[in-house]
Amino acid sequence: MAKALKERGAVAEAQPEVRLDTERDPIVVVDGLHIIYRVYSGGGGKGNAVSALRRIVKRQNRPQMKEVHAVKGVSFVAYRGDAIGVIGTNGSGKSTLLKAIAGLLPPARGAVYTDGQPSLLGVNAALMKDLSGARNIILGCLAMGMTPDETRAKYDEIVKFADLKPGFIDYPMSTYSSGMGARLRFAIAAARTHDVMLIDEALATGDAKFKKRSKAKIDELRQDAGAVFLVAHNLDVIEETCNRVIWLDDGRMKMDGDPETVLKAYTDATGK
Amino acid sequence: MSHPERLSTSGGEPVATADPSRNGSGTASLAEFAAQHKLTQSAARPSLARYVRSLWDRRSFIWNFASAKTTATYSGSRMGQVWQVLTPLLNALVYFLMFGLLLGQRKDITNYTAFLICGVFVFTFSQRSLSAGAKSIGNNLSLIRALHFPRASLPLAYVIIELQQLLISMAVLLVIVVATGEPPTWYWLLIVPAMLCQLVFNIGISLAIARLGAFVRDIQQLLPFITRTWLYTSGVFFVIASRTEGLVESGHGWVRTVMELNPAAVFIELFRYSLIESYHADAAKYGLDHGMMWIAAVVWALVAFVGGFWYFYRAEERYGRG
Repeated sequence: MAKALKERGAVAEAQPEVRLDTERDPIVVVDGLHIIYRVYSGGGGKGNAVSALRRIVKRQNRPQMKEVHAVKGVSFVAYRGDAIGVIGTNGSGKSTLLKAIAGLLPPARGAVYTDGQPSLLGVNAALMKDLSGARNIILGCLAMGMTPDETRAKYDEIVKFADLKPGFIDYPMSTYSSGMGARLRFAIAAARTHDVMLIDEALATGDAKFKKRSKAKIDELRQDAGAVFLVAHNLDVIEETCNRVIWLDDGRMKMDGDPETVLKAYTDATGK
Repeated sequence: MSHPERLSTSGGEPVATADPSRNGSGTASLAEFAAQHKLTQSAARPSLARYVRSLWDRRSFIWNFASAKTTATYSGSRMGQVWQVLTPLLNALVYFLMFGLLLGQRKDITNYTAFLICGVFVFTFSQRSLSAGAKSIGNNLSLIRALHFPRASLPLAYVIIELQQLLISMAVLLVIVVATGEPPTWYWLLIVPAMLCQLVFNIGISLAIARLGAFVRDIQQLLPFITRTWLYTSGVFFVIASRTEGLVESGHGWVRTVMELNPAAVFIELFRYSLIESYHADAAKYGLDHGMMWIAAVVWALVAFVGGFWYFYRAEERYGRG
C-alpha cells in the first residue's frame, strides 16, 4: 500500500514525488533538504594582513566569500535493507548529501531523520595516520563502542578482510597506498553493524578481489536490516551492489528508482 | 581557504540564509512519517546522562588512544621513549641555568634546584594539557567524521597522555628531591590529592579550549603567548610573595593575591609543600596559608571541570562539521 505525497517545495524543477511504502521500515527520511555552503573562492581581493585586520574591525565577511547552494530541496525515504547508489556528475551534490545524512553538515532548511548514528566512510578518511594498522584496528573498534573483548575477537577477521600485504599491519597508516588504506578503513567500519553506512567513493580504489568481498559485506549489512548509501563514479559497482539508485543533478533529485531504469537514463543523458 | 584569518566561521561552514519564498521543508507529512517510526534528527546531541555513560563506555578507547599516541610520538626518534624522561630534565636544566645561576634567584630558597624543577614539571602538565586540548579536535577530524563516539574522549585522552608524562616526571623529581638532601616524609602522600585536583582541573580547561580551538583556529597561534604569560605569573621560578613586596607597599596587594591563587600557582605550591621538606621553613617566612591553597585547588578543579565539560558538551553535534 503506497501513497504519494505532493512535494510543495520544488520550485525551479519538479523533483520526483516521495512515495511512502508503509509496509517497510524506514531508516532514513530526508525531508526537503537544502544545504548551503560558504566557501572562499581564493584569489581576487587583497590578501594581506592590513586588509584582513580592517575586515575584522569592520566585522565584514571575507569579500571572496561565496555561498554555494549544493543540495536543493531533496526528499526521499530509505528503508531497512536498502542499498542506495547515488550518482550524478561532479559537483552535483552527492558527497554533500552523504555528509548531511551523517550529520556533518547542518541543513539550511529541511531535515534529515535517521535511526541510529550513520557512519560515513570517505575516500580520504585515514583514521590515525601516524599509528600502525594494528593500532588503528584496535582504536577504531574501541571508538565505535566495542569492548576490548569484542575487539580482540574481531581483530583477525578485520585483518583478513583488509587483506594487506604481509607486515604492513605493523607499519604506520601513512605508509599505506590509497587502496590499502581504503580497504583497512572499510574493514574496520564494517566490523560493527551500522544502522546506516555511507560510503563515499571509498571502494573505488580497491582491486577486483576486494570489490567482490566488499559487495558481500554490503549485502551482509543489508541483511542485518541497515541501509547502505554508495557514491561511486563506476556505474558497474552501483549496478552490482545497489537495489535502488538516486540520480542527483545540480543539487536536485532527477530520478529515484531501480538501478536498471535510472542508470540507463543517466547514461543516455550523459552520453557515456 | 588560502588566508590565515578566519575569525568568524571556518571554511565551508554552511549558513542558514533562509529565503522564505523557496521554503523546501514543505512536506510536513514526511516529518510526521519519520516521527511515527521513531526516527530522530541526524546527529542530535544526546542527553547529558547518556553522554556521560557513553564516555564511560569508551574508557578503554581513551586509555589505548593515549598510549598509542605516546608511542607514536617517540617512535621516530632514535632514543625513543627515553625522551619522555629527558625532555623534562633538559627543560629544568635550561631554567636552572637561566634563573638559578645567571639571574641569581636562589638565595631566598633553601633548595632551589628541587623548588625550580618541581615548579617546571607541575606547570608543564597544565600547559601541555591546554595546548594539546586546543588541537585535539582539529588533528583528528578524519577519525571524528568516520566513526561515531563521544568527542570529549579526545581532549580527555590528550590529558591522559600528559598525566602519563607527569608521572614519569614525578619519578624523576623524587630522585632529584632525595639527591638534593630532602628526606622522604609522610607529606609526600599529599601529592596524590594534589595531582588529582590538577588532573581534574586540566581536563576541564582542556575540554573548554578544545571547543574554542575546534571552531576558531586562531587560538592555536595565540595560545603560546597565553601560556608563557601564565608561566611567568605563576611563581615557577620564584616565591610570588618575594617578588611582589613593592606592589603590596604601593597598595596593590590584590595583584599578589590573584597571582597566588591562580590555579597553576596553587598546584605548584601544593606539590612543593608536599615534596620538599626544607621548603616548609621558606613558606613559613612568607606566611603562606596552605589550608587556603587546598580549598583553592578543589574549587579550581570543580569549577574548571564542570564549566569545561558543559561548554564542550554544548557543541557536541558540531565537531567535525564543515
